[in-house]
Amino acid sequence: MVTTTPPIRNSRRAEGASRPGDKVFLGLSRGSGITLLVIMAAIAVFLTYRAVLAISQDSTNFLTTSEWNPAGQPPVFGIAVLAFGTVVSSIIAMVIAVPVAIGIALFISHYAPRKLAKPLAYVVDLLAAVPSIIYGLWGAIFLVPYLGGLNKWLDDYMGWTYIFDKSSDGVARSLFTVGILLAIMILPIITNVTREVFLQVPKMHEEAALALGATRWEVIRMSVLPFGRSGIISASMLGLGRALGETMAVAVVLSPSFVISGHLLDPGGGTFAQNIAAKFNEANEFGRDALIASGLVLFVITLLVNGAARWIIGRRKEYSGAAA
Amino acid sequence: MAKRIDVSGLSAYYGAHKAIDDISMTVEPRSVTAFIGPSGCGKSTFLRTLNRMHEVTPGGRVEGKVMLDDENLYGSHVDPVAVRRTVGMVFQRPNPFPTMSIFDNVAAGLRLNGKYKKSQLSEIVERSLKGANLWNEVKDRLNKPGSGLSGGQQQRLCIARAIAVEPDVLLMDEPCSALDPISTLAIEDLIGELKERFTIVIVTHNMQQAARVSDRTAFFNLAAVGQPGKLIELDDTERIFSNPSVQATEDYISGRFG
Ligand SMILES: Nc1ncnc2c1ncn2[C@@H]1O[C@H](COP(=O)(O)OP(=O)(O)OP(=O)(O)O)[C@@H](O)[C@H]1O
Ligand SMILES: [Mg+2]
Repeated sequence: MVTTTPPIRNSRRAEGASRPGDKVFLGLSRGSGITLLVIMAAIAVFLTYRAVLAISQDSTNFLTTSEWNPAGQPPVFGIAVLAFGTVVSSIIAMVIAVPVAIGIALFISHYAPRKLAKPLAYVVDLLAAVPSIIYGLWGAIFLVPYLGGLNKWLDDYMGWTYIFDKSSDGVARSLFTVGILLAIMILPIITNVTREVFLQVPKMHEEAALALGATRWEVIRMSVLPFGRSGIISASMLGLGRALGETMAVAVVLSPSFVISGHLLDPGGGTFAQNIAAKFNEANEFGRDALIASGLVLFVITLLVNGAARWIIGRRKEYSGAAA
Repeated sequence: MAKRIDVSGLSAYYGAHKAIDDISMTVEPRSVTAFIGPSGCGKSTFLRTLNRMHEVTPGGRVEGKVMLDDENLYGSHVDPVAVRRTVGMVFQRPNPFPTMSIFDNVAAGLRLNGKYKKSQLSEIVERSLKGANLWNEVKDRLNKPGSGLSGGQQQRLCIARAIAVEPDVLLMDEPCSALDPISTLAIEDLIGELKERFTIVIVTHNMQQAARVSDRTAFFNLAAVGQPGKLIELDDTERIFSNPSVQATEDYISGRFG
């Protein structure tokens, strides 16, 4: 008894002494958590309210209309072109960026000698830090004129696919160019995240393949890629999120129009973010509400994409490398 | 299938650090040879030179010769990938491919080696799992992930994966050190069966295990920390444990060490 008393007293005292601090911290963290939630809820309610106001005044179907004239009598506006342009340019960006990013990440993590890997990883890090308006200006000044040749080649040899059939002349201020620019913009982030994942593949998984007589590529196929799978998906989603919401670069490069065209090389089209940036200043209050409504749709699309990614990652959880 | 290993003048380095020095030994086919010795004396390093895994480590370098029957594994035209296909390896920690099913784990090496018909694959997978004494426990869940098995089962799965490709030699680096006594016994029994078909080399810290499973025992030691490890003696297991010819071996075995 005698020997056990002092520690108990000590611990009591220690607890007592830290209690006010605990309370302050608890109150602080709880308070800021609640504040954050309240602010977010307020924003959501406000945006939804304004959006509903606008949509209820829309004289056509908001989802299927390819026109944007909220100031008209009656107001006519819809997001069909914007949804099409956003999704198509993002798909182009992903199709180009994901494989290239995986390739670069594998090269840095598994092929390049250390002397080369370090600076290369550093350069990719730098690219991720370039502001998007710089990419946009570069796209408008360099990419648009120089893509003329590629567009002509695609038109000549791949025109039969319809999507690469260039039906009008004019510079390459097209969804295709936007897609390429977006691919370049999201490449660094996807590369960085996948590289980190590839570097974390446990050595024992790679050695398992090596000891069976796997070549370097077979090690990557058997151990590295399966282990990195969920990381690749997460990285792609980060990139996709950026591509879907990219504003300035698209606004600078695209010559907007309100037609849905499957000819991806033709100038024209639009995206949610680009349309908001282009219209917001000159819009009256109702016009702004309409733009807010389109922004909400973008938000929903982003949520859906993320949900789908989570579902894909979760579906084969018991097989995921993280479980072992 | 089982082949003789003949090592002569083999040294291995990690960068500038020499980990093992001038090792020569012969391992007979269809026998079990145990490597014992204090931690850091280079048992794993030496084992990994026998299937050219050592050079995978950054800075890893090997000098000397390893003959597998009449082929030098370090000959200038020898492809290390091909060597690893004929010299199998089982690691200290069970490492089944976590994203593959039990079936695919066992078939992994076969699929690297060439094309097999589905029926052929099933047959070899079954034979290998039986060979590893695991078939009865997993035959109803071949399509479940290998990472869902117990540690001992995973280790036997790794053994099945290694023997599925019918290697000439099977190297095991402390294959039981992460396992309970029952799983350990299961694997020791298995080693006894496997030596009918393979040349087996096993690293172990467990003297009783060395005495139980091996025909020959090699004792490694190092003069001091930072010095390279050396082979002190290699002899019949019975002799090593009853009447070794070097004093250091006797000291180590009887626990009068360092
Ligand atoms: N990857 C490595 N890089 C540098 N040095 C290493 C590396 N692996 C091992 N060594 C060194 O090589 C020497 C031999 O190590 P090794 O792992 O072969 O010993 P071991 O006999 O297997 O020991 P243990 O019984 O603890 O497994 C040690 O001095 C160790 O520090
Ligand atoms: Mg070891």
